[in-house]
Amino acid sequence: MAEAQPIVPPLVITPEREGSRPIVQVLHDWIVTVDHKRLGIMYFCYGILALVIGGIEASIMRAQLAVANNHLVSPETFNQMFTMHGTTMIFFAAMPIVFGIANYLTPLMIGARDMAFPRLNAWGFWMTALGGIILYFSFVGGFGLYGAGSAPDVGWFAYAPLTSPAFSVGHSTDYWTIGLLISGFGSIATGLNIMTTVLCMRGPGMKLGRMPMLVWLNSVMAFLVLVAIGPLTAAQLMLLIDRYLGGHFFDTQAGGSAVIWMHFFWIFGHPEVYILVLPAFGILSEVIPVFSRKPIFGYNIMVAATIAIGFISLSVWAHHMFTVGMTSYANAFFVASTAAIAVPTGIKIFNWIGTMWGGKITFTTPMLFSVAAVAQMLIAGLTGIMLASAPFDWQLGNSYFVIAHFHYVILGVIVFGVFAASYYWYPKVTGRMMSETLGKCHFWLFLIGFHVTFDFMHVPGLLGMPRRIYTYEASRGWEGWNLIVSIGVIFQALGVLFWVFNVLKSYFKGKIAGNDPWDAWTLEWSTTSPPPDYNYAELPVVRSRRPLWDLKHPEDPDWKYE
Amino acid sequence: MYPRSANCESNSSMPCEGRARRSSRQVARLALLFLACGSSAAAATFGPSPVPSLFSPDSTPAHDIYHLSLFVLAICLAIFIVVFSLIVYAVVKFRRRDQDDGHEPPQIYGSNQVELAWTVIPILIVVVLFLAAARVIHAIEDATFPPDAIEVTATGHQFWWEFQYPAYGFVTANELHAPIDKPMHITLLSADTDHSFWVPQLAGKTDLIPNRRNEMWIEPHALGHYVGQCAQYCGIQHAKMLLNVMVDSQADFQKWVQDQEAPAVTSEQVAAGRKVFEANACMNCHTIAGTPLANGRFGPDLTHLMSRTTIAAGAAPNTEENLTLWIKGPDAIKPGCLMPAMQLDDQDVKSLVAYLMSLH
Amino acid sequence: MRGKVGMWCLIVAESSIFCIFVVAYLYYAGKSVSGPTPAQVLHVPIFASICLFSSSLTIVLSEKAIHRGNIKQFGIFWFLTLALGVIFLVETGIEWHRLIYNEGLTISTNLFGTTYYSLVGLHAFHVTVGAIGLTIILLFTLFGAVKMEHAGRIGVFAMYWHFVDAIWVVVLSVVYFIAR
Repeated sequence: MAEAQPIVPPLVITPEREGSRPIVQVLHDWIVTVDHKRLGIMYFCYGILALVIGGIEASIMRAQLAVANNHLVSPETFNQMFTMHGTTMIFFAAMPIVFGIANYLTPLMIGARDMAFPRLNAWGFWMTALGGIILYFSFVGGFGLYGAGSAPDVGWFAYAPLTSPAFSVGHSTDYWTIGLLISGFGSIATGLNIMTTVLCMRGPGMKLGRMPMLVWLNSVMAFLVLVAIGPLTAAQLMLLIDRYLGGHFFDTQAGGSAVIWMHFFWIFGHPEVYILVLPAFGILSEVIPVFSRKPIFGYNIMVAATIAIGFISLSVWAHHMFTVGMTSYANAFFVASTAAIAVPTGIKIFNWIGTMWGGKITFTTPMLFSVAAVAQMLIAGLTGIMLASAPFDWQLGNSYFVIAHFHYVILGVIVFGVFAASYYWYPKVTGRMMSETLGKCHFWLFLIGFHVTFDFMHVPGLLGMPRRIYTYEASRGWEGWNLIVSIGVIFQALGVLFWVFNVLKSYFKGKIAGNDPWDAWTLEWSTTSPPPDYNYAELPVVRSRRPLWDLKHPEDPDWKYE
Repeated sequence: MYPRSANCESNSSMPCEGRARRSSRQVARLALLFLACGSSAAAATFGPSPVPSLFSPDSTPAHDIYHLSLFVLAICLAIFIVVFSLIVYAVVKFRRRDQDDGHEPPQIYGSNQVELAWTVIPILIVVVLFLAAARVIHAIEDATFPPDAIEVTATGHQFWWEFQYPAYGFVTANELHAPIDKPMHITLLSADTDHSFWVPQLAGKTDLIPNRRNEMWIEPHALGHYVGQCAQYCGIQHAKMLLNVMVDSQADFQKWVQDQEAPAVTSEQVAAGRKVFEANACMNCHTIAGTPLANGRFGPDLTHLMSRTTIAAGAAPNTEENLTLWIKGPDAIKPGCLMPAMQLDDQDVKSLVAYLMSLH
Repeated sequence: MRGKVGMWCLIVAESSIFCIFVVAYLYYAGKSVSGPTPAQVLHVPIFASICLFSSSLTIVLSEKAIHRGNIKQFGIFWFLTLALGVIFLVETGIEWHRLIYNEGLTISTNLFGTTYYSLVGLHAFHVTVGAIGLTIILLFTLFGAVKMEHAGRIGVFAMYWHFVDAIWVVVLSVVYFIAR
């Protein structure tokens, strides 16, 4: 049998540091770049900025809700805060971060030099960025010539007919609509790019069945982007037609339906949260094997489960609508489809445990975040099962229980996963290691803060506290719980500060990482840290899922067993 | 088919098919036995509470949901204990020791038997949960009502509740009265945007959606004052669109109905206030039955205002002071609500309030 | 290969947008509270549809021509494709003029008006974008910039044009036949 060529040892290159060129040139290079790595970094940084802004909005809300009958902010401001917090976090924090990680790593992991369409990539980023700017311009541009309202205050899902011109006077809702419409085009471009890259640009020997898990998860994510963003775009176009051209899509006075907005929105909205969580699953599937010193347990099943999750997620949307009065048959169907998605998700959790089982686990910071994310996914999945039982949802829906559930997924799994990714791949991106000490401080502070806030947040939901209320009666018995929830925010903020400080400090003072600081096995670790512009001097030829394992263990390579 | 009361046999959320694994079935039986011991054979009641907990159900649909929720919680708790223990065990047992020899551990790629096991078991659990939920969905959503069920039409407004009792022919606002141990069928409509009727101790929530007719029902089993609030964001004062449901004895309910059916109390002492009411924009929005000019529908019906314990949909107690504050400047109580400040001088406000306080 | 896969991805995304507009059209069919109904005012656009469907044929012929290296023939069929597409758009405009001024159906008249103009308009917008693309490529051809090695890229663009055609099959069936 012909031997595959070994992976060419990486070239020794000292990349030119940015500081040695005039700042204007550096900025120019970044603005016009089409390099997937730079775009990935820009996406990620944009997302982190939005995360911080969204966090400030959340902190304002938590300060207002810490005690009953509080007067810290007006109802208008609070309503704008929860709208902007949700919209910012989903569309301008989580999505860009996820796209950034996908953009940076996909070509490196499959042995390619760039994404399939570099210029489209850049266009997608700038469209997303523009969308965010338009959304935030609402704070400034809302007042003035055209009338009432500033930032949108209709909730991140902007239910009709609250968004009709009758109930949303002025232009605040339009900033929401147009900002998201534009960033939606950017998202579709990125989804298209990822899909095409994975299907067409894989390096020699990189069969689909040899791709790293993160690439698989990002591909299914890209598929969901292509299918699910369209409904949101369509609904937003319809809303604009209603608001500006006198259309009646959601005009209940003219026979229009408020429920159809909900259907259209959630046909987008539910796959959207899988768009966010699948890459986090991918990160866990990369980090846990390396720090357990074992391959991912059940690769084929993990891929199958991912594809199953992708498809099933398109059929569950009306579990957000259990209370709108659908027939018992419709409700029952969505109970079934939603509960069904628990099966492949559970399989993933078990496979991560199976990966750790029998391994030799080192608790580096990325591993700490990953293990916490697995445990938190378990809890989030179980509260999801509770919400999937429609009659239980008739009590829990639209309450703080739901808020606790989805923040458990978004923060507890996705953000924890993103932090794990940041510690894990920072050395590859910058060439330097982050501080483990600061990292552990970040982890424990954030873990404590997360649990203080979101564990206790389930309780007011069980005690009848609905969402989107700027204040509440003291007699309801929610006050103490809300105070605890608000206190947790402080620890989370401190944790994030530690992280930001770590990121900045390590850029200048971190230990030089070398190509492969973690003794990992996927292709990105075979090139320099940071990689050269062209990624690989010679495209590596792979024979298994862990090409670097094969290189390091020539007596026992993976391709013998796959 | 009369809606079932919450006793353990008829309301059993036990899965009735035989495919559930033996042990989970036994756990479910145990859980229900525990419940049966904890509650009497008839509907267990907890009594109304200012804390509207879903774990204190006092009405048939709320009971059904409560029993289902305990079943689901029990299963989830069991899954959590098993899987979380595995995670903790793995993390403790398989951590790298200090005296590690540096060799890589055995490289295991997977196991088809294990994958099969942890696919099949979750599928079975999912089927059990689905059947349990489907049963309760059917029991609540497809319930039929005896002819003597009380009919109410609830219309959601920004930011108050309108309640019509078509059988008796009167309209009231914000406080719903229901007789004990009788099903009350509520038709839900909306005059403007989406709202949601949620009184956790009495039922799960159902939305009020414009141009759509929704239905829900309650069957309270304890007397007293139950609280809830609007649970679908409807605009700036969504937070203060509170619900108060008074469950009365049959006799008290009939008395209340009679009081509501009567036309507005007229009294010469407050004629000045009535004139203020009729001369200003008040009557464009508010109805006072028996007063020919005041038949506005935009705001709550005020015919029997003083029969209610709160004003502004629960935002403030119904006192002279609050009524005065409300008329002078509603933003002091409910900033952004749709009632305008009436721009009346103090004397007019005083007589107007006196008039309103006569409307028993 | 990349171009084709990328274009398929775009087609998937666009299809999901159109799908929602079609669902809205079907959902609201018959639910207008007042105003003209489809049966009253719609005439099946036979000529326009024939033009659009024929343009798919001419674009296939132009693709075959450029694969053989016959740029002149390619240019002729390409121009025909553009012309047929423009005729379709003009016919749509004439139809809309009639509906608005003679029948009193606008986007704000009733649910039918809203869903009709949105769906047909969204399609017409995509035809317009395609026509602009066709024009640009035609200009490049006239300047002699289009060569046989561009056949692949022409194929990718043609996919978009076929997609626009396929959407018209759906819109035509739904609006003029199924939900009449």
